[in-house]
Amino acid sequence: MIDFTFTEEQTMIRDMVRKFAENEVKPFARQIDKEQNVDLVKSLFQKGAALGLTGIPFPEAYSGSGMGEVGYCILLEELSHACASTTITFGAHIGLAGMSIFLAGTEAQKQKYLVALAKGEKIGAYALTEPGAGSDAANLQLTAKPDGNHFILNGTKLWITNGDIADIVVVYTLTDPALKARGGITAFIVETNTPGFSAHRIHDKMGLRGSSTAELVFQDVRVPKENLLGELGRGFKIAMETLDESRLSLAAGCLGAAKEMISMSVDFAKKRIAFGQPIAGFQAIQFMIADMASEVYQMESIIYRTAWLFDQGKKIPREGAICKQFCSEALDRIVDKAVQIHGGNGFMGEHPVERYYRDSRINRIFEGTSEIQRIVIAEEIFKKGGY
Amino acid sequence: MNIAVCVKQVPATDSRIKPSVHEDDIDRTDISYVVNPYDEFGVEEALKIRDRLKAGSVTVITIGPEKAAETLRSCLAVGADQAIHLKDPSLAGGDAYSTALVLAAAIKKGSYDIIFFGKHAVDSDSGAVAIHVAEFLGLPHVGVINQLIINAEEKHAVAHRQIEGAIEVVETSLPAIFTCQKGLNEPRYATLAGIMKAKQKPLTVFTLDDLGLTESQVGSKGAKLVVERLEVPLARKAGVILEGDPDSAVAELVRLLHEEVKVL
Repeated sequence: MIDFTFTEEQTMIRDMVRKFAENEVKPFARQIDKEQNVDLVKSLFQKGAALGLTGIPFPEAYSGSGMGEVGYCILLEELSHACASTTITFGAHIGLAGMSIFLAGTEAQKQKYLVALAKGEKIGAYALTEPGAGSDAANLQLTAKPDGNHFILNGTKLWITNGDIADIVVVYTLTDPALKARGGITAFIVETNTPGFSAHRIHDKMGLRGSSTAELVFQDVRVPKENLLGELGRGFKIAMETLDESRLSLAAGCLGAAKEMISMSVDFAKKRIAFGQPIAGFQAIQFMIADMASEVYQMESIIYRTAWLFDQGKKIPREGAICKQFCSEALDRIVDKAVQIHGGNGFMGEHPVERYYRDSRINRIFEGTSEIQRIVIAEEIFKKGGY
Repeated sequence: MNIAVCVKQVPATDSRIKPSVHEDDIDRTDISYVVNPYDEFGVEEALKIRDRLKAGSVTVITIGPEKAAETLRSCLAVGADQAIHLKDPSLAGGDAYSTALVLAAAIKKGSYDIIFFGKHAVDSDSGAVAIHVAEFLGLPHVGVINQLIINAEEKHAVAHRQIEGAIEVVETSLPAIFTCQKGLNEPRYATLAGIMKAKQKPLTVFTLDDLGLTESQVGSKGAKLVVERLEVPLARKAGVILEGDPDSAVAELVRLLHEEVKVL
């Protein structure tokens, strides 16, 4: 009735990405974090793109490999074992920028932009958040006004992942202030070399220190009409549908890190001697490991079940939100326990758990806070019924 | 230049190995498998030669049950052109001799200028199959190479092998058999495109009949070696470190050797 095994291709992808993460990414993760080295992440992104990693979920017709959401979750899970900054760089590119165009683009837009993103020849970003529109995304103020065959964009986007390394940004704009989310928001594909566009990197984040995060400023940026994504006024729907998927993949990006924390904590607990024996012998430690393992099992179960649902063509607003809320919070509990098991060592910048602890925190905030996820889940249940 | 690479599916190197209930094999439940890492050097070298010469093809060959086809498809995903799976129930339980006999029969069915093996398989660690195959086929064999220069026109090769304190340079005519050591190259990653194409590449199955061999020649029946029993080595007691200044430590050592170990 139910088969939870990966196919041979999925297993091969997992093995390949695991090797790639272990050999190419992990050795640089500390340097990436300490130096806030976005260039290094970009070079890893390009190495991965050459292997086809950037096209995993998209159909072969768009230079992807047609491995769907399950394949994409495998990618982010395996990368997140090694480096959160690298994981999110791939995630924003594939799951946000690429996915927006895949879900809503015309055939011509897909051929022009999605193919370049799937091949990794161009880097993508997704710009929804603004200084005054985070959780309240519908309150965005960046305007797009029609002008002949163009729209003219003016305003600011904030905290945009890949913002200053992107060639293509999917930008959500206000086209009708009276309608807002009910028909007043429109998405555009903007090439970042368009005059009037500028990106300014934001430094000194708590975590994900090697990923690019930028403020994007639009000053009379002229975007051709054919770059309007989907229909006029239907942008909010695209933004939300993209987020349904990306929330799931974000959860997958928590899973590898969580597994890594268990391995590191177990290794440490076996070696660390206190009161004359390895601390692995103490129930206090064993119970923490047990709780970490049960949460990882739950994470893995809901992520791949939901990825399978998505690949069956089902909409996953409720399930995507559940995955994001549960997995981001579970990872925070897991990294906290990992630091606790490591004791003073876990507080020191020399030890990787300190980095995983910092990198974990943002997951409960971006792409919809935990609170927003709960609102989405509850709304879905009240609207459509429970189970 | 046609190249064959003999590959083996082996337990992943981080597997926990323990004897099976009957103690005649390892317990294979819950073991995940990989391509023998030294064979991967052979595959990579074959691909490099093919890509450089822009001619010929790379064939990977394995012996094993249905599951062993995964190893072949992994090699196809990396870039090999075709695969041969030697699959027959009677092939199980072979030693180096009977395994080599089967591989030699399969290699004879093709026409190869170069045949690569890993220097040994990391499961049984015998390192003898390639040498047996060379003997059966009457081909030159250069073992444990870490550099190889091929002259395709002259059908000639120069191989380097690390020996104690020096590098031995060996020249040979082709066809020849080489076994690969770490350092020969850096195996490439499979690409997504390669993984997607792997299933479409030719994978031929040969049974015993196809190879012209009989049951008594192959597998456990044809083996010269019989595994009597597998057992876990006894755990060794931790050593003792004698503390203190050299004079008293030596005195203590002599006392221990005399009174406890009773060798003095």
